[in-house]
This record gives sequence, C-alpha cells and structure tokens, in this order.
Amino acid sequence: MRYAMAIDTKKCVGCSDCVVACQIENNVPIGYCRDWVTETVSGSYPNLDLELRSERCNHCDNAPCVRCCPTGASHIVEGGVVLVDGFKCIGCGACIESCPYDARYSHPDGYVDKCTFCIHRVRKGLQPACVSVCPTKCMYFGDLDDPSSEISELLQNRKWKVLAPEAGTKPQVYYLI
Amino acid sequence: MATRRDFIKITGLGVAGLTVGGAGAYQMLKGASLWDSVTLGDAERVPTYCEVCFWKCAGWTYKNKEGKIMKVVGHEDDPHCDGRLCPRGTGGIGMYYDTDRLTTPLIRVTENGKQSYRKASWDEALGLIVENMKAIAEKYGPESVALFNHGSSGDHFERLFKAFGSGTIAAPSYAQCRGPREAGFKATFGTSIGSPEPTDIRDTRCLVLIGSHIGENMHNGQVQEMSDAIDRGADIITVDPRYSTAASKSKFWLPIKPATDLALLLAWIHVIIEEGGYDKAYVEQHTTGFDRLKHHVRRMTPEWAYGITTIDPETIRQTARLMGSAAPAVIVHPGRHVTWYGDDTQRSRAIAILNALLGSWGRRGGFFLKEKASLPNYPYPAYPTPKWDWKATLRGRYPLADEAVTNALVDASLPGGEGQEQMIHGWIVTGTNLPQSMPEKPRLQKAIDSLDFIAVVDTMPMEITGYADVVLPECTYFERYDDLRAAPHREPNIALRMPAVAPLGESKPAWWMCKQLGERLGLGAFYPYEDYSEVLDWQLKQVGSSLEEMKHLGVKRWPRKSEDLYFKEGEAVTFNTPSGKIELYSSELESAGFDPLPNYTAHPEPPEGFYRLIYGRAPMHTFSRTANNPNLTDLMRENDLWMNPKVAQIWGIENGQKVWLRNQDGAFTSFPIKVRVTERIRWDCVYMVHGFGQKREALSRAFGQGASDSEMITTVMIDPIMGGQGMRGNFVTFSIEEPKQVQSL
Amino acid sequence: MKEELIVSGRSLPHIDPHLELWHWPIPAYLFLGGMAAGILFFAGLYTILKKESLYPTAVKWAPFLAPFLLILGLFFLFIDLKHKWFFWQLYLTIRIESPMSWGAWVLLIITPLSMLWAASYIKEWFPNWDWKWSLLNRFEALVISQRMTLAWAMVLLSVILGIYTGILLSAFNARPLWNTALLGPLFLISGMSTGAATIMWMSNDHAERKRFAQIDLLLIGIELFFIVHLFMGFLAGPEVQVESAQLFLRGHFALPFWGLVVGLGLVVPAILEILELRGKKIPVAFPAGLILIGGLIFRLIMVEAGQFTRYLY
Ligand SMILES: Nc1nc2c(c(=O)[nH]1)N[C@H]1C(S)=C(S)[C@@H](COP(=O)(O)OP(=O)(O)OC[C@H]3O[C@@H](n4cnc5c(=O)[nH]c(N)nc54)[C@H](O)[C@@H]3O)O[C@H]1N2
Ligand SMILES: Nc1nc2c(c(=O)[nH]1)N[C@H]1C(S)=C(S)[C@@H](COP(=O)(O)OP(=O)(O)OC[C@H]3O[C@@H](n4cnc5c(=O)[nH]c(N)nc54)[C@H](O)[C@@H]3O)O[C@H]1N2
Ligand code: SF4
Ligand code: SF4
Ligand code: SF4
Ligand code: SF4
Ligand code: SF4
Ligand SMILES: [Mo]
Repeated sequence: MRYAMAIDTKKCVGCSDCVVACQIENNVPIGYCRDWVTETVSGSYPNLDLELRSERCNHCDNAPCVRCCPTGASHIVEGGVVLVDGFKCIGCGACIESCPYDARYSHPDGYVDKCTFCIHRVRKGLQPACVSVCPTKCMYFGDLDDPSSEISELLQNRKWKVLAPEAGTKPQVYYLI
Repeated sequence: MATRRDFIKITGLGVAGLTVGGAGAYQMLKGASLWDSVTLGDAERVPTYCEVCFWKCAGWTYKNKEGKIMKVVGHEDDPHCDGRLCPRGTGGIGMYYDTDRLTTPLIRVTENGKQSYRKASWDEALGLIVENMKAIAEKYGPESVALFNHGSSGDHFERLFKAFGSGTIAAPSYAQCRGPREAGFKATFGTSIGSPEPTDIRDTRCLVLIGSHIGENMHNGQVQEMSDAIDRGADIITVDPRYSTAASKSKFWLPIKPATDLALLLAWIHVIIEEGGYDKAYVEQHTTGFDRLKHHVRRMTPEWAYGITTIDPETIRQTARLMGSAAPAVIVHPGRHVTWYGDDTQRSRAIAILNALLGSWGRRGGFFLKEKASLPNYPYPAYPTPKWDWKATLRGRYPLADEAVTNALVDASLPGGEGQEQMIHGWIVTGTNLPQSMPEKPRLQKAIDSLDFIAVVDTMPMEITGYADVVLPECTYFERYDDLRAAPHREPNIALRMPAVAPLGESKPAWWMCKQLGERLGLGAFYPYEDYSEVLDWQLKQVGSSLEEMKHLGVKRWPRKSEDLYFKEGEAVTFNTPSGKIELYSSELESAGFDPLPNYTAHPEPPEGFYRLIYGRAPMHTFSRTANNPNLTDLMRENDLWMNPKVAQIWGIENGQKVWLRNQDGAFTSFPIKVRVTERIRWDCVYMVHGFGQKREALSRAFGQGASDSEMITTVMIDPIMGGQGMRGNFVTFSIEEPKQVQSL
Repeated sequence: MKEELIVSGRSLPHIDPHLELWHWPIPAYLFLGGMAAGILFFAGLYTILKKESLYPTAVKWAPFLAPFLLILGLFFLFIDLKHKWFFWQLYLTIRIESPMSWGAWVLLIITPLSMLWAASYIKEWFPNWDWKWSLLNRFEALVISQRMTLAWAMVLLSVILGIYTGILLSAFNARPLWNTALLGPLFLISGMSTGAATIMWMSNDHAERKRFAQIDLLLIGIELFFIVHLFMGFLAGPEVQVESAQLFLRGHFALPFWGLVVGLGLVVPAILEILELRGKKIPVAFPAGLILIGGLIFRLIMVEAGQFTRYLY
C-alpha cells in the first residue's frame, strides 16, 4: 500500500477550503495550519500564467524528517504515511529543519505537528478532510500500489509534477498540470 | 428631527460578550483537547443550511458528546452544495465561536455628552422598540417604519412588518447587487434569473464570464459546476480587467478596459449576426425584433469596439465564433453583482440578447428551466394593506424596479427639500451592514441622523450597530430555526435549519424577537405558536413530510412537476413578455422611455493621477460579515490593493507598502492598505476585496485591517431603469503618508 | 515578473516568512561542543603521545573547562527544546541516522568522561584535596591508572563530537547552505581551533603556547582552504546553492561573514600568531579571544543563514 494525493491545478481555485477544513477536523489552533495554498504568477500582463496549489506534507518515500528525528517520534505507518507521536517528540526542531517543504510546525503545546493524511479518517474508510471538502473536487487520495485506483489512473493519464524533486525526498503529493 | 447620532466606536459596555481572545481561548471555548482530532464516530449531527452567504447550502452540524459544535459539513443530497461547503461555510463555525459576538441587548445612552451603549434586558429593549414603532405609526403611519434586511432573519421581520402595516421593506441584494440583471433578463425573457442561477454550467461547452469571477465568487454550486465543466473540456472566456482565477482557467482572457463591456457585447452580437453564428431556428421561433437588432448593431464592428475596449478585433471574432460553435450549450453568464456603471440593465440586456441569439435559454448546457418546491404559507391572518409601500418611495423613478430599492428608502428618509417630504422616520435593520453595503456613506449618515429611531439586529458588533438606538443580539444560524429553504433548482427540494445548540448568552433567534415585538404591538393573532418549529412542522405536513422526518433527512427532493429541464425540440413556448416571445427589441423598455436596444455610452474616465477603483470577492470571505471570523481571518486578515507594476513604478510604491487612498471627491480611507504589485491587473485601475477596513474596535480581529472600498464609493451612477447603484465610477489616488484629516465618516 | 505567495494566509511562528526556528542556543551549543571537543582531543592526544609534562595546560588544566562547557551546551540545547519535559525520550532509543540522536548519546558519555578526567587531576590543582570517602579515593586511583584508556576514548569521542557539531547541520539537505560535505570537516577543524586557542590562552608555558599557536595556524589555514572550496562548490552547484552563496557574497551576511568571521576571526589572529612566532610581543588574549569570538559568530551566522536558504518550487 502506498497512499498518495494528487491535486489538479487546472481545477483548484485557491479557495483554501482545504485549509479551514483541516484546521477544524484536526484541531489545528488558530494561527497554525497543516496545509496551505500557494499561488505562482508568471509572465507579464497580458500574457500570464497562474498556478494554484494546495500544499502539505508530501509523506515522502525518502523522508529526511523521519531519519533525523532523535527519538523516533517521527515515524512511518501503513501506506507510507509519516506521522509524529506528540508524546515522544521533544520539540528539538530537527525535523522542521530537515523538511524542504516547511511542512511541519511547532505546535503551541511544544510538540511538532503536521499533516497526517487524516489517517484517522482513512482508517475508517473516509477521505482526508481536505479532500472531502474541496469544492472543485480537484483533490484525489488513494493507493498507488493499486493500479486500478482513481489516483493511479490519473497519474498514468495526466501530466504531473512533484515539488522540489531535486531535494531527493520522493514526495507523494502529485500535482496534475 | 432626531438629534445626531454619534457613531459609537468604543467597545461599549458588554458589547464583547467574552473578552478573552487568542488561540487558547478559542480552543477552550470549543472544549476540545488538542491531542484529539474530530472523529465522526461519537458525534451527533443535526441539519442546517449555511448563512454565510445567500447560496444557502444545506449541511450537517456535528456535535461531540459534551454538546459542543465540532464542525459543519455539506449535505450529500443537497443540489446547492453536493456534500461540500465552501471555505466560508466550513469556517462558518467561527461565527458561533467568535468571542466578539453580541450577547445582550444594548441601548444607547448619553452621559456627560458622551454616547455609549449599556446592557439592557430584553424587556426593556423590546419595550423601547415597540414604543418607538407605535409613536412613529401614530404620527406618520406604520408605513413610515422601514425594514432593511438581508438573509434569514429578514423573513421573520418582513412578516412582522406586514402585520404591522408596513411594506416599506428593502434588501441590498437588489439595488446593490442583482437588480439590473433581473430587470434586463425579465425584459428579454419574461423571467428574471433569481438565486441560485439556473445556469447549466456542468453541461456547458462554452462559459463566458463577464466580470463574474467564479472561483473567487465562491457561490458553491457554480464553482463546483465550473470545475466539472473544466474536466469535460469546456472552453471558458473571461472578460475582466484583472487576471481573475477564472481568467487563469480560461482559453481566452479579454483584459477589457473597465466600463466598456457593453461595446464588446454589441460587437459580439454584430459578429454572431453578420457571420450567421446564431441559432437560426431558435431565433426564428422564439424571438422578436431580430431585424431591428441586426440593423442596430450593423456598425458595431469589432474594429469599433477595439477603440473602446482595447480588445483586439481578431480576438473578438474568435471568441464570438467559439460561442457560436458551442451553441446552444453556451452560457454568457448574467453575473450577479452587476451594479457597476449605471447602464447595467442595458448591459444585462445585451447579455440576455446574446444568449437568445445563441439559443441557450432553456437548452442543455445553457440555462435550465428551474423548479421550486411549493410550500404553502402558514395560515396567518390576512395582512393589512398599507397605504403606501416601497413603490411609493421610488417617486416615479425606476419603472422596471421589480423589488424594493434600498437607496430609494434612504432618499425617502431624508428631510424635505425640493418639495419632497420625508416619508420614513424609523428603521429596523437586520442582517445587513449598511455602512459597508451601501455606497454614498455621507448620504446614509444624513438619513440616519434624520430618523426618530433606529434599531439594529445583528449577531456581531458590526459597523451598523454603531448607529443604533437599540441593538438586539441575534444568535447564529447554528442556534435557531428559520424558514425552510425552498429555492428553485433542477429538482424541487427543501432544506431544514434547526438549532444544534442553545443560543449563547442572551442572544435570541429573530423569530422569537418578532413574536415578542408582535405581541407587544397587539399583533398576537399573527403569532399563534410557542415555537417556530410548529410553523415548520405545519408547512412540512402540507407537503407530505414532517419536522420529525426532516430532522433526519435534512434535505428532501421531489420529482419535477413540469416535465423537462430544457425546451423540447420545436416546442411552442410562451414567454412572460408583452409579445410572448423573447424580446430582442424590448417593447417594455421602449414604452418606459428607454433604449429598446442597448447602446454603448462612454463613462467618465479617471482624472490624471487617478485610477479606477474596482473591487470583488475573496473566496474565503463574505462581504464584511466574515471579517472577524476567527477561522476565516486566519486565512485572510486584511485586503490588499492590486496594482500593476507600471503604476507602482510611477509612484515609487513597493510591494507590501501601505498606502491610504483618496478618491475624486477628496474622501480618504480610514486605514491604510497594503499594496500588492502584480501583473494580474491593468494599469488604469486598482482592485481590492470588499468587506475590510472595519471601524468598530469591538471587532477585535477585524478592526483596522485593510481598507474599505465603500469609503471610496462616494459617487454612484444610478441605473435609471431599476434604481441600481453603480459603484465603479470612482477613482482613487495614493497617499504614502497618513492623511492629516480623515474626511471619511 | 514572477510572483510567489501563500494565499491562505500562512504565518506559522518561526517558519514564515522564513525559517527562524533555531536561534542563538543551537549555535552556542555547537560552539561549546566544538570547543570542548577540541580541548578534550588535545588532552587525549598528548596523553597518548606521553607529552603530559610538555603540555600540562592541554592535558591537565584546560580539560577542567570541558565539563562546564558541555553542561552549559547541553543546557542551551535543553532550553531550545519546545517540548522539554519529554527530553528523556532521547535516551530511550538510538537512532543511527539521526545526528541529533548520536550527539545526545555522545554527550551523555563524553560529559561524565570529561568530569572523570578533570577529577583525576584535581589533586594537582588543590594538593590538599580529599575525596572524603575512601570509596571515591579508591575510584580516583583506578581512574588515574586507566588514564591511557580514557585518553583513547576521549580522542575518539571528541572527534565524533566535533564531527557531529558539523554534521548536525550538513545532514539537513533541505537547507541548501548546509547541504555540503565540507561543513562537517569545517566545523570539526573550527572546533579544534577554538580548543587550541583556549589552551594557548590558558597556558603560561612559552613552549606550549608556541606549539598551540603553530597548531592554530595550521588549523586556520585548513579552515580558509575549506571556506574557499565551500563557496566554489556552491557557485558551481544548483541554483539554490548559488543563491545561498550570494547571501554571503553580496547579501546581508556578507559583511559579518567576511569581516567578522574570516577577517577578525581567522586572518587577523593568524597574522598576530605569525608575528608572535617571529618574536613580536603580542598579548595572547588577542589572537585567542578573536578566534573564539570568530568561531561563535561563524556558527551563529551559519545557523541563521542556513535557515534563510530553501528550495524553491
Ligand atoms: N462597496 C461595496 N458594496 C457592496 C458590494 C461590494 O462588492 N462593494 N456588494 C454588494 C452586494 S453584491 C451585496 S449582496 C450586498 C451585501 O450586503 P450585506 O448583506 O449587508 O453584507 P454583509 O456585509 O455581509 O452584512 C451582513 C450583516 O448581517 C450580519 N449577520 C450575519 N449573520 C446574521 C444573522 O444570522 N442574523 C442577523 N440578524 N444578522 C446577521 C452580519 O454581522 C453583518 O452585519 O452588499 C453590496 N454592497
Ligand atoms: N467568496 C465570496 N463569494 C461570493 C460572495 C462573497 O461575499 N464572498 N458574495 C456573493 C454575492 S451576493 C454576489 S452578488 C457575487 C458577486 O460576484 P460576481 O457577480 O462574480 O462579481 P462582481 O462583483 O460583479 O465582479 C467582480 C469582478 O469584476 C471585475 N470587474 C471590475 N470592473 C469590471 C468591468 O468594468 N468589466 C468587467 N468585465 N469586469 C470588471 C473585477 O476585476 C472582479 O474580478 O458573489 C457571490 N459570491
Ligand atoms: S479546497 Fe480545493 S479548490 Fe480550494 S484551495 Fe483547496 S485544493 Fe484548491
Ligand atoms: S514533506 Fe517534509 S515532513 Fe513530510 S515527509 Fe517529506 S520531509 Fe517529512
Ligand atoms: S521535533 Fe520531535 S518529531 Fe521533530 S525531530 Fe525532534 S523529536 Fe523528532
Ligand atoms: S490530509 Fe488531513 S491532515 Fe493532511 S492536510 Fe488534508 S485535512 Fe489536513
Ligand atoms: S456558498 Fe459557501 S458560504 Fe454560501 S451558503 Fe454555501 S457554504 Fe455557505
Ligand atoms: Mo450580492
């Protein structure tokens, strides 16, 4: 099993519903977030290009945050999902420094927090909160090891990219372009 | 005449129900442990529909075991939302948890010449309102008490007003919003558009957006269907001086010079007629006035439009052909907030005509034929007939106004002058933040100063509450019953809103306030129930459901009574126009003395050193109502001013720098606004999101964040046809230093 | 024009607009760790080489500082933890791939070791010292008899500690400035050089001072060589590394780095030492103090600047 997310930048409108939904679902305190939306504008008026991307932890196959964690608080569970155990975390910040995507943050209670791929929902057969709320239905979540899953098919048939591949982390959030 | 009311800026006594702020307090209030996440397992859910905007998506409110609201999610069967709320709906629980909420009635007091609010009991506050309503009714008649409303609370107050004998009722959703398109489409097709718009976006092959910024305008169903359309490979054409989100998804972006859309539309009509791209059979069968239209647009070539709009003629032709090839599965979107330049009904007419030529009305992928569940009215006694109502406030103006015109009510509240007497002497305002929603603030202030009395019903200490003599705190939509939602759609359907939790503090639902007021006004016969749920149950039983059933269902759908979503091939259709046909040439406009065919007229241009101020929506906010919402301010705290790099260079303004704005009338913004230097906008205009620059300190998150577009809209261009307040004829310049004398209100 | 912005209003504390998670405690901790490693290294080395009598400061006196430096360093690390009272979690596991983990373990071992070392010389400081309990006195005798073993352990551990203080940063590929194999050796050498400078400063013995001045000169030479190579590497690297080099070549770290670290922290002390070796009278506090301050600023800058650099996508 290899859980992954694909986000269609052709459909995303940058509304940030995924961000509020995550905040509410996961009790992320006001002022913090596990996901966020970036906008890239290139070109000059009137020949412009705009890309909107909902970003979060990439649940990297080669996760430096897990490797550098001195306590094992950062760990990997089923489907390659990278989690942080708040009770093991000492808040040293090594994992934050190690993540090329700035996907982790220091929770006001001290431990480090980040996207969990909503594993608590996925284990119940639900989609992650952000995916389930997205009004443009531009987010897809599923198992890449299953070749017939919607996400596998999308990645086979559409052009895609991942963020900062040169960082060598093998990210598992794909952007359809 | 009443004494001048000071706008009360201070955090009046008891305005802030809960004074603690910040993340911790918010979490505490939510009663949630930071280590848990909200799982669905042990939660209970009750139905609601969202009140964060007027799309009214149905959803479920989830509560945990302690009875705390955990979240709200879209209702899977709801045609408005298809199981997904927009960010504002998802963050709607912030409305409930906002620590700045109004929780007690407030009464204005003057002590040592200084005005402030004091907490009052319900009894006292209601008594004061009743006393004033009666006094005004005795002196001038009940018609002289006017109601300004928007949203669900308005339904209850409307009934109260009708029982009281006043039909002087208006909402900003007409003359500040949809009015012109309703008038324009009604004149053409005999039907107005209404809400939600019956645009068949999901099945369209070509979507034409004229300023309509779907994606930023987060009206849920439209956003979802636009995304479906993108998936299906539909082409989008966006006309906008700004590279909107929708523009970025478009095959063609036409960066039009603002205020010139009518010329583009006429040129499109020209091309489609001249090149024969229109739906000939449809036009032949259903329309009148084609020949006159053809003659009318004969000289309105793309080359002519180029000089006006700056859009290259070839692009105009290509886009017209694209529409033609997609017809009839094409939508030239009527837009929603269309009060732009004062000739908006005519622009909407041109849009309607274009749709008629393309045969999209009543066709798949164009406009579907909507249907609405018919709910019988609760058997209230007959309402008295008022001696006059909002129509009288038009004073012979705006012949095609179909709904009340807020600004006409404001005019009618001004003291006599030019032979016009003051018709209105008291206001009740509910669910609308007039100082932000209505331009021409000085005029609004003057009208309010002329009143004997003004009461405001709101959930938050918004700017409008600062003008009130009495403030009534309404509980949020999570804490109350309201009318059933029965809006037209592809399938008739209804949705229930019910309380998930008890009202916070002493806040109360609007129905309760109205019942109290009604009984005190001697109108008890109109309130034969203890709880509003009885009314809903009665209504539901008439249509074969019940409150009990709806508490479980949340949303109920019925099969259509009328047969089809679309016209059948060759079907004879009678349109609700004088001729029974789609009127390309409007006999109604002609007889009212207006252009029966739309004409382009040039609008004033920005003076040297000024830029046209345009504005719009951010997907995570609704006007000013969400400006203090903890979840949504977390996404966007303040608005910014979009400025083309060329303009920034001329002014030496850097990205992120704060500037004050001054408009052509010398008005300054109260607060500075951060400049966003971006290629996404033309150089003859600047853009900002509406709803920011709040002036009440009681709004702890929103106060002083960003600037208010409304403060810069001191010149309006009134649509003579229906009274709409065109707001985009204002020009601003920049002040790097804080203005010495802030001239705004 | 290219615009990149976060439209969902992200402003995570210490992360936006750029990472500023590790403030002075981490570089201070790295500085103290490196300096302690240097001191312990030379103490161990000259013990193994049986040159205690030639270099008494290095072997006997300077190591007294080490436990204090290490404990202070650990304290800085501790105050930088955001979830402090879970710190014991560090010692429930050994994470081979985590420099932070082996740093914690190395410190756990080398700190008591350095205490033992210092304790074993305490009677040479205070001839009247008495351990009060006979058990302790016997233990002291045991330690003294095992000095050679201890010395080997110290050399080994101090090298690990020294490397660790460099590797800690260079393990973070995510920060292009740190993402270089040169950083480990550079920190190791710089730690050694601060250790050597401390010994030189403390020493009263002319020969010992001279030896450590020579060592220092050598280390400074190596450091300068590494720094030049570091930047050459960056400039030949991918865009993000070129950008990180630019921070030092014309960005706002340029002056502190070239002026304070390289100029005052390396070149000036080197010149002073050369002059001294040539017989000029120069108060030893000057070159030694400059080296120490330079070493600290070097770490402060590297930590702060490293957090400034990031992948762009
Ligand atoms: N300058 C400018 N003016 C505009 C617009 C613009 O873009 N720019 N847009 C125009 C358009 S399209 C429209 S539709 C109008 C919208 O105009 P309004 O509906 O007036 O807009 P809001 O600012 O959302 O004000 C809503 C008020 O209702 C309160 N409220 C929210 N929920 C409840 C509730 O449950 N009960 C009660 N009693 N009150 C509640 C809020 O706190 C707020 O004070 O504005 C128009 N005016
Ligand atoms: N998130 C969110 N969504 C909302 C609302 C909200 O408050 N928040 N409000 C809802 C309501 S009530 C309404 S009425 C709608 C309004 O939403 P729409 O009807 O979509 O929008 P408008 O306000 O008419 O238009 C704003 C756009 O018009 C462009 N524009 C400005 N001047 C011109 C011009 O001269 N010509 C052309 N072609 N374009 C121009 C602006 O650049 C901007 O992109 O949004 C609805 N949806
Ligand atoms: S909810 Fe969907 S459309 Fe909105 S920003 Fe997130 S991914 Fe994009
Ligand atoms: S995105 Fe960052 S936090 Fe997530 S797995 Fe990759 S490196 Fe770790
Ligand atoms: S902050 Fe916590 S999760 Fe991150 S590396 Fe340190 S102990 Fe591991
Ligand atoms: S998967 Fe869950 S935790 Fe991750 S961003 Fe989406 S909602 Fe948040
Ligand atoms: S569109 Fe959004 S804000 Fe409007 S009713 Fe639906 S969920 Fe609520
Ligand atoms: Mo509107």
